[in-house]
Amino acid sequence: MADLHDISSDFPILARSVNGAPLTYLDNAATTQKPRSVIDAIRHYYEHYNANVHRAAHALADEATAAMENARAKIQDLIGAAESREIIFTRGTTEGINLVAASLTERFKPGDEILVTEMEHHSNIVPWQLLCQRSGARLVAGAVTPAGEIDLDDFHAKLGARTKLVAVSHVSNALGTVNPIETLIQAAHDQGAMTLIDGAQAVQHFDLDMRRLDCDFYAFSAHKMFGPTGIGALYGKANLLEELPPYQGGGEMIEHVAIEGTTYNQLPYKFEAGTPNIAGAVGFGAAIDYLRGLPRQALREREHELVRLALSRLKQIPGVRIIGEPGERASIISFLIDGGHAHDFGTLLDQQGVAVRTGHHCAMPLMERLGVPGTIRASFALYNSPADVDRLAAGVEKAIEFV
Amino acid sequence: MELDEIRDAFAFFDAWEDKYKFVIDLGKDLPDLNEADKKPGNLVRGCQSQVWLVTELRGGLMHLAIDSDAHIVRGLIAIILAAFQDRPPAAIRTFDIDGLFAELDLLRHLSPVRGNGLRAMVRRIRQEAELAA
Repeated sequence: MADLHDISSDFPILARSVNGAPLTYLDNAATTQKPRSVIDAIRHYYEHYNANVHRAAHALADEATAAMENARAKIQDLIGAAESREIIFTRGTTEGINLVAASLTERFKPGDEILVTEMEHHSNIVPWQLLCQRSGARLVAGAVTPAGEIDLDDFHAKLGARTKLVAVSHVSNALGTVNPIETLIQAAHDQGAMTLIDGAQAVQHFDLDMRRLDCDFYAFSAHKMFGPTGIGALYGKANLLEELPPYQGGGEMIEHVAIEGTTYNQLPYKFEAGTPNIAGAVGFGAAIDYLRGLPRQALREREHELVRLALSRLKQIPGVRIIGEPGERASIISFLIDGGHAHDFGTLLDQQGVAVRTGHHCAMPLMERLGVPGTIRASFALYNSPADVDRLAAGVEKAIEFV
Repeated sequence: MELDEIRDAFAFFDAWEDKYKFVIDLGKDLPDLNEADKKPGNLVRGCQSQVWLVTELRGGLMHLAIDSDAHIVRGLIAIILAAFQDRPPAAIRTFDIDGLFAELDLLRHLSPVRGNGLRAMVRRIRQEAELAA
């Protein structure tokens, strides 16, 4: 078993300093840092077997194709998908959701409804608004309680015969709320609605099992789980993906093209037009290998403990107000401090080497509902330590002296 | 506060703490904008903080009323006002505000990636100056 305290040394960037202070990286909900093994895998790909995939009869192309498909199989295994063709490579969560929204267009007509919640990231709102504009369907948002949880009564009231799709985040990026998606998926299916889960904030924290979860689509990004940016995956049930039209046209996604018409390639390639992000896929696979090589359960318990510690430390500081008190929380804490704007505190923390995020976190409807202009968000990953919590708390205490 | 006073004060700061305390104090001394002027048309949206800007030509000089919801941004506004307030539009157009912020080692706050609305605000003031000139 790997030493739990040695994890941060796997991440070269964590050794740097910022504004003369050691880096305290607490913006993991925006993106996580990359372990050496991921960086090395990408470098190795470019130095040894860079080639375009799937269509050449030479050794490098074979190796690149194998690496890419290998990464797909690792993703399938990680999330418990039934088949590897249910894994579509995307640029990230956002593109995954846009892909589904685009390909579902013809299935929606005026009067149909898409049910989201007020806590969604803009990327799980705007693609549906665009779909509504194309199809005449209507976007409906389930309410969020003052504690920052989905109001289940309101959700069930808004879920009805008109609801054709339910699109909900697994974990709120702004508050850390873990949503009861099993219940929501079941309720949606009982009404005959399709389901899409925005898993951007969940994959690095939970073991997923698509067969058990039974959602129709699940979108996530590599860069929030220690992999590179610019690559993500969309899981979709094979029978649904088979039925849907392609998202983009181009090379790779075709079987045969004539000017009169084109037949499409099989899954998953039907949804992967153009040269894919091969290096990204290689890095994605390496990130999964890295995660799998760790004592994840022990690390998660430690991370949980760390978030609890951070919560209690922050609550002890006069003037700090925690925004959102969900029953189940992933590694995200949103808070405000009396006497100053979130931006002031973000700037003053940055001066002390503490990287947090301030603002609306791309969840403006949620901020509106909670009646706050934005928050300060500290988000944790498995390499954070109690020393990071100390520096956060000390940084906040010092910043308060300024305002 | 005059620009020269700000420059002199900054020349004495060694620690970041002193500098940011000074900026925050400048922000606290900045007069508030009338609530009536904090309307959507005057809003310069930032990702993290918001800025309201009202410009007016008084006797051929640009008069500015600016406010923000964040202390540090208000302090930076006070510095911008020291350079721009009641100056002829032509002088505003040519004033090297980036140079000033670089000299004060605050340039990153004027960066478009900071999302505090300041860069967009300066652009809007320059556009108004352009129209008035």
